Amino acid sequence: MKFLSEYRDPELVREYVEELHRITTKPWTLMEICGGQTHSLVKNGILDMLPDKITMVHGPGCPVCVTSVSVIDEAVYLAEQPNVILCSFGDMLRVPGSKKSLLEAKAEGADIRILYSPLEAVELAKQNPGKEVVFFAVGFETTAPANALSVVQAAHQKVNNYSILASHVLVPPAMEAILSDEQNKIDAFLAAGHVCTIMGMEEYYPVAEKYQIPIVVTGFEPVDLLQGIVMAVRQLEKGEYKVENQYARSVQREGNRMAQETIQKVFEVSDRVWRGIGSIPQSGYEVNDAYRNYNARLKFTIDIPFAEENKDCISGDIMKGLKKPKQCPNFGTRCKPEHPLGAPMVSSEGACAAYYQYSSNTIEENIPF
Amino acid sequence: MPLITNTVQIQLKKTFLSDEKNIPLSEKSSFQLSCPMPKFDFDVITMGHGSGGLLTHRLLQSGVFDVLKNELLDQQHDGASFELNGRTAFSADSYVISPIFFPGGNIGELAVNGTVNDLSMCGAAPKYLSLSFIIEEGFTMEAFWQVLTGVKAAVQKSGVMIVTGDTKVVEKGKGDQIFINTSGVGIIHPKAQIHHNRISAGDQIILSGNLAQHGIAIMSKRQGLEFETDIVSDTNNLNHTIQLLIDALGEKVKFLRDPTRGGLASVLNELAEMRKLGFVIDQQLIPMDEQVEGACEMLGLDPLYVANEGLFVAIVAKEVAAKAIEILQKDENGINARIIGEVTETHPGKVMMKSRIGGHRVVGYLTGEQLPRIC
Repeated sequence: MKFLSEYRDPELVREYVEELHRITTKPWTLMEICGGQTHSLVKNGILDMLPDKITMVHGPGCPVCVTSVSVIDEAVYLAEQPNVILCSFGDMLRVPGSKKSLLEAKAEGADIRILYSPLEAVELAKQNPGKEVVFFAVGFETTAPANALSVVQAAHQKVNNYSILASHVLVPPAMEAILSDEQNKIDAFLAAGHVCTIMGMEEYYPVAEKYQIPIVVTGFEPVDLLQGIVMAVRQLEKGEYKVENQYARSVQREGNRMAQETIQKVFEVSDRVWRGIGSIPQSGYEVNDAYRNYNARLKFTIDIPFAEENKDCISGDIMKGLKKPKQCPNFGTRCKPEHPLGAPMVSSEGACAAYYQYSSNTIEENIPF
Repeated sequence: MPLITNTVQIQLKKTFLSDEKNIPLSEKSSFQLSCPMPKFDFDVITMGHGSGGLLTHRLLQSGVFDVLKNELLDQQHDGASFELNGRTAFSADSYVISPIFFPGGNIGELAVNGTVNDLSMCGAAPKYLSLSFIIEEGFTMEAFWQVLTGVKAAVQKSGVMIVTGDTKVVEKGKGDQIFINTSGVGIIHPKAQIHHNRISAGDQIILSGNLAQHGIAIMSKRQGLEFETDIVSDTNNLNHTIQLLIDALGEKVKFLRDPTRGGLASVLNELAEMRKLGFVIDQQLIPMDEQVEGACEMLGLDPLYVANEGLFVAIVAKEVAAKAIEILQKDENGINARIIGEVTETHPGKVMMKSRIGGHRVVGYLTGEQLPRIC
């Protein structure tokens, strides 16, 4: 894996850590947007290498974590209908709905399949003409093009027993929601490299300008993250607020036009409820009118009451960067990956699960090596 | 129905027969196991084949008994009678893998190797195994024959005997092609003292080879996930390797475990918890095939939790660790063996890993099944 090993080079990591210690003079709070970045920071032990003055808070960029209870309930409802095959990405299965998770529904006999690509779901629909195949289309702008493409292909191939339950969320509106919160204390953002690979960087210039905040589009490997942090801190120390691109090997300013066109063809921007944060206007994608026959919400009558979030879970505060996982009284006690109170403890990219899985209070002891 | 000649090519890195254990690695050989499939009355297994009547009799006579022939099985009694001299280990396991044919093996080999290896981890030389099938109605005779051929290959290589067994057939939809249960007994090596109580701080943690091969080979063939790789399962018998190690190092080999389901992380966590000691490993030292590492990245799986079938963890006294590596690296199952960490007084009850870039993290238990990530 040559394209990865150079971004995990211990020598480069050491140089960036030293540089960061050298340039940091004031306390700064940085938020990494994406759950993949959180996962990498914790898994590689990077948080312990940072200067004490730098605080990393973990953003809302884990699609599993921000999918609302009601949407999980919708998916469970559909999966339990006779003649329906519900297809989902793997890590959605454990997320608790108001009554049960998809994994529990599967154990009770619902036909739920884990897929890696929505295009496989279209194939499945072709192979099962007597059944309705529904793909649970979650994710940020990153997964939206492939999910949209599955609808385009189904329409093109006249596969009429396929539909998607869309629960897409968008990064820039969430950033604005966080920045508008009166308790907000974030000084800079590391934007999500994968999302920007699709969408480009244009949307971020107005945000940086309006809130006078540095935004560095950053990758996911240790060297990426440290370089991104160094770029953000350099700006902060100089009093600048620019949009910069650390992840230039993947991200171009205009993004991937073809992917954007596919999204626009199938989806329209809609309001979306974020788990733990609440409704954010114009922060999601829903299937548009032209493809209404592929919208599971219109194809089926989903008759379920609106579900409240578990009040004991402070995921909203965690995803807005107001609290760290270990500041939650239920962390590691009532709330563990095997019995999650809320979604950040479920997905491996959720901030709480990452802390639970990879960090410990005993790290300060000497490690023999 | 025409007579089908079913030829199975089995690649062996080295042939292990009881009297030629030290063939140099350069002499990698392959032999052809050519078993013509006998004529059966049906193309597929039917409910009748599990009835205990004539069809069962024919399936066993021309199939199982003939392929796995030995003096104990030939008694064809309700159970096998034999003598065992010495301390005995006894182990059982069930195999429900999907797909049943995978790169590097099939469920038949896996079922034999699994129990052979469990006995080996007790410090025992495996002797006699039972073999029981639960077959789903409609399973093809040809596939059954291939599974039996896999059983035979693994039995021959490990030098054990199948001495008793059972065959049941369940209705279509009530099983998944074929499930296998094996159990086995083995004689514990006179010098072996394998127990987690013997692990102490300072002991070295050895991994016998590349991590995560089996799990990723299986994943690469799962429906909907097929990707092109050369990754093959590491399924293999470890009994000869373990005997060599205990012959040479005796009680200095303190603990052995094959990290199958749950992977390396689960084995180390169980030990850390039971012994109230720290288990500290170094990511940089864990041997891994580049393709497997790439596949894990792509699928969002942590190789520490991925299953292995021909791999073991040995906890050995520090003074013999280098010697253990020397012995292992000359063996087919230990070419890539490495010391990956050590047992410590610090971090009691925890597994810690030094990351490639020098950071540290806790390696916890796996919660449920590893589920692939969205992005």
